[in-house]
Amino acid sequence: MEQQPLLKVEDLSVTFRMYDGALAQKDLSVITDLSLTVYPGEIVAVAGSSGSGKSLLASAVLGLLPGNAVTGGKMYYRGELLTSEKQKALRGKEIALVPQSVSFLDPLMKVGPQADGAKKPLPTKRRKSIFQRLGLPEKTEKLYPFALSGGMARRVLVSTALISDADLMIADEPTPGMTLNQALEALTIFREMANEGKGILLITHDIDLAFAFADRIAVFYAGTTLEIASAKDFQNGPDTLRHPYSKALWQALPQNGFVPLKGFQPYAGHLPQGCLFAPRCPYKKERCERETPSMREMRGGEVRCFYAT
Amino acid sequence: MRLEAKGISFRYQKKQPWILKDLSLSIESGERLCIFAPSGYGKTTLGLLLAGYLMPEQGSILLSGKPLPKKGICPVQMIHQHPERAINPRWRLKKVLEESGKIEEGTLEAFGIETAWLDRFPRELSGGELQRFCVARALASGAEFLVCDEISTMLDVITQAQIWELLLSESEKRKRGLIIITHNRNLAKRVGTRLLDLTENQ
Repeated sequence: MEQQPLLKVEDLSVTFRMYDGALAQKDLSVITDLSLTVYPGEIVAVAGSSGSGKSLLASAVLGLLPGNAVTGGKMYYRGELLTSEKQKALRGKEIALVPQSVSFLDPLMKVGPQADGAKKPLPTKRRKSIFQRLGLPEKTEKLYPFALSGGMARRVLVSTALISDADLMIADEPTPGMTLNQALEALTIFREMANEGKGILLITHDIDLAFAFADRIAVFYAGTTLEIASAKDFQNGPDTLRHPYSKALWQALPQNGFVPLKGFQPYAGHLPQGCLFAPRCPYKKERCERETPSMREMRGGEVRCFYAT
Repeated sequence: MRLEAKGISFRYQKKQPWILKDLSLSIESGERLCIFAPSGYGKTTLGLLLAGYLMPEQGSILLSGKPLPKKGICPVQMIHQHPERAINPRWRLKKVLEESGKIEEGTLEAFGIETAWLDRFPRELSGGELQRFCVARALASGAEFLVCDEISTMLDVITQAQIWELLLSESEKRKRGLIIITHNRNLAKRVGTRLLDLTENQ
């Protein structure tokens, strides 16, 4: 029997409606045709180019996009369609977010009560143990956010989401500013949560960490997924990977080849015809510039490329 | 040419604890020194001191045996972690690039800057693209040494490799010295000629 996914995103698109001149409006499409699933017990990492729409995906799942954003496609949580009422009811309870920016903390509230959230009875004991595991000294709970260093604030944000005991956690760049050991500890806690049957969507550009801790990795580029594959395929290197962009990512790591792929990610509003990666692709053919490939299954993963083998 | 820090100590205010205490290091032209330390150890402060933004309370910073000049473009330039914060948001990028003198022929190609970007404002470019301007601007100033403070931490790995490729080739061509602040050991091994772990200093 196939397991029901915790989160299922189907053909998601996000478009921003903007003014173009005094009265004319234009639509700027930033996420197109994006599909992704997270199963219970799984850490799915979202990696890829900066500015590829990784954080927008998090906002879209939680229903936190600004008012001028139009979303298309469907999202399901435990098989149920995620409507905006549903998102409102679930977020903070069953779906938790580790926000990317430290400015998400309330500056006028002490960190301890803030991390506890609105939960009753107060999860003080759980909070203390999580603070301790993340290396936050006991007195941290009495501090206001301005007194925290960047790394401490980041750990407070992570613990806030952990304390909520949600079933699905979306962690948007949870580790920058932490020392390696703290980052490893935070990810170890994520792993334990996953082992309890929870699901984690880990948005990161620290590919090394994603390789080491995730079960599957989704590679984002210009607002869509180019490849979804098991983390093992990424550890093994370019031979087991499918998409030329994923291979290029692997080869650009300092410990591998440090080989830079030429060119730039296209801008929203100036997306090329056909395959989004074609302008930089060393293997492109004429068809790639005409037609947009869709995701297809290959060797236990998925890839958006006509010619991947 | 040699850049030296001789027994420097620094704290942001009197009565506050020392951030750096009696630290010495030296780097020659053409060398690439990678500096390591855990976060909060004072790496960026050290960079600001070396580039002349801050003055040490004790000790001295010497370039070829002389203190850094007080006037004109400092011969030690710093490239920051967040390029979008190091560039005037109200200047077009042409002006940003010309801040350190006339744009020489071949600069644009060497740094992978497209001509169309010059007429744009900083918010219209990505971090990796802006970082190219910061690197080009720092090198064109004629600085003998560059302090690179986590310059690729915020970038994806392909952009990171792009930036380092051009920084290494251009600084080698001009025999510049680099002081590289990073927490990524793999990156340090790849780009540095010498590693310095500040925690071993005390």
